[in-house]
Amino acid sequence: MIRLENLTKVFDTPKGAVVAADHINMEVPSGEICILLGPSGCGKTTTLKMINRIIRPTSGKVFIDNQDTTSLDTQTLRRNIGYVIQQIGLFPNMTIEENITIVPRLLGWNAKKYKERARELMHMIALEPDAFLKRYPSELSGGQQQRIGVARALAADPPVMLMDEPFGAIDPINRAVIQDEFIKMQKELKKTIMFVSHDIDEAIKMGDRIAIFRDGHLVQYATPDELLAAPQDNFVESFLGEDRALKRLNLIKVQDVINSEVETVTQQDSMETALSRIDRSGYQHAIIMVNEQRQPTGIIPRSVAQVSKGRCHDHAQQVPAIVNINDDLRKAVSLMLANDITWLPCVDDNNQLCGHITQRAMTHHLGARFRAQSGNTAPTAPLTEE
Amino acid sequence: MEWIQYAISNIDVLITRTLEHIALVGLAVGIATLTGVPIGIAITKNERLAKNVLYLASIIVTIPSIALFGIMIPVLSIIGHGIGYVPAVIAVLLYSQLPIIRNTYTAINNVDPALREAARGIGMSQNQRLQKVEIPLAIPIIMAGVRTAVVLNIGVMAIAAYIGAGGLGTFISRGISQSDPRQLVLGAIAVSLLAVIVDYALLYLQKRLTPKGMTTLPAAD
Ligand SMILES: Nc1ncnc2c1ncn2[C@@H]1O[C@H](COP(=O)(O)OP(=O)(O)OP(=O)(O)O)[C@@H](O)[C@H]1O
Ligand SMILES: [Mg+2]
Repeated sequence: MIRLENLTKVFDTPKGAVVAADHINMEVPSGEICILLGPSGCGKTTTLKMINRIIRPTSGKVFIDNQDTTSLDTQTLRRNIGYVIQQIGLFPNMTIEENITIVPRLLGWNAKKYKERARELMHMIALEPDAFLKRYPSELSGGQQQRIGVARALAADPPVMLMDEPFGAIDPINRAVIQDEFIKMQKELKKTIMFVSHDIDEAIKMGDRIAIFRDGHLVQYATPDELLAAPQDNFVESFLGEDRALKRLNLIKVQDVINSEVETVTQQDSMETALSRIDRSGYQHAIIMVNEQRQPTGIIPRSVAQVSKGRCHDHAQQVPAIVNINDDLRKAVSLMLANDITWLPCVDDNNQLCGHITQRAMTHHLGARFRAQSGNTAPTAPLTEE
Repeated sequence: MEWIQYAISNIDVLITRTLEHIALVGLAVGIATLTGVPIGIAITKNERLAKNVLYLASIIVTIPSIALFGIMIPVLSIIGHGIGYVPAVIAVLLYSQLPIIRNTYTAINNVDPALREAARGIGMSQNQRLQKVEIPLAIPIIMAGVRTAVVLNIGVMAIAAYIGAGGLGTFISRGISQSDPRQLVLGAIAVSLLAVIVDYALLYLQKRLTPKGMTTLPAAD
């Protein structure tokens, strides 16, 4: 856990005092990633660097796991905090192995232990140990260097990590890959992380919580979903962008919106059965046909059921698109738009049908939060199927 | 080309004086490195002090060597070393301070602030930062300073023959006083060749001492 109490930094410059951070109060629970987000010069880096005393606070306190860090000596404090600087900062005179084992070596680990650790770290950041450990930083690509920077910070397994735009120097495609890897890693490592970014999409993707800064003030501190649903003021709202409702699609999983009461037919059912079930359930478009394993194998459109006789097997059409319950709504929406449909069958990892998701259910789910936040909670009418 | 025959017939003297010359310059620059590098590092902590130290070191270099010997003769006479190798070594030591201090100071000061911050953030003490990061990165530039000092002072040491320091300058001083062009030319050529060869040798050493990962060398002077 990291807790900041009235953390303040005033820089004395020839042009007068600059308040880079003004009474910042916040708490990052253990095992969570907190993103410091805001426009350039708003005090993100200053706030971050006060935690490991690269910058001395003018006033205020930093607590780590409820311990006031002013009582710790600077070196001890820093060795317990992994630090990834924006400029990567690998030591060019050291091999990759020497770079990532620098903290363990400072801590006096024996050679066998830190060499093992180096290999472990390389696996963690998805780089082949034998190919890279003996190389020098100048022989690596920017993205690879950035991963090494993260590995170096993780080396002695510090409970807390500070990361200043750690993926800033990477092209968008590789950045997404590294972000995914990092999220996966964090699921196991459960570090308490402060992470500076000025990319709203990165913040939503990586953050358990987001702290929005403006001119040295902490304006809003909330989970990504809360933030997008209810921005505190115009500044936050405009910073999040006009498509903030769309950004929430990334945060919501299909299983949060799924309707698991779904009627189906089997391949042997007759078309009459199909039609009666369609009518009984009030489906406008079609019914899903499943096999013995309850895997969707086709659909019977309503229009077909009305005019055809025989077994469903002979009249079924291909399922236009299927979404996994662990996918996010963004993918669901994208599939609907691409296939010109307003509903999708949802399956689990075994491809078994779990339910379906409709466009209305999604808009309702998203809208409910906006309405709830703006105070005039609409009566949640029972969903009528399309 | 008589001087070649002279050189061949006096090869043992030539070798002795060359070794003497190398030893004197080596000793003086060696001591100068041991003093100049720590001074150069120390003054990175204080900009005002750095300015003054570098200013002083530049003034020393502007004193002509003959004048410097002249100043030292009466002073060192007190301990009975007014002439000989002692004033020569001291002069070279003083002249070497500027390139060595200046290069050390510049090199340490020019270490990428990001690397310094990374080192601090990792929890390295000031000494650990110097040892593991700043000095290794500064070595190419410090070595360039040492090279400059050596080459500069191979010439200075030749003049020191006039105060009885020995070395290759002895050929030159004798050549002039005995009106013997063979000795004069041999001395001049030997000194120049020595300077060139030593410069290359030190360049090789500089490359060997440069940390492997640093492929692109900062401009050395
Ligand atoms: N060493 C310093 N001396 C004086 N002013 C400083 C110093 N460091 C930062 N500032 C000022 O403090 C303010 C906050 O700077 P900070 O580096 O924390 O911004 P930031 O949010 O990290 O911005 P960016 O996204 O551009 O990195 C800025 O106005 C900056 O000019
Ligand atoms: Mg910054």
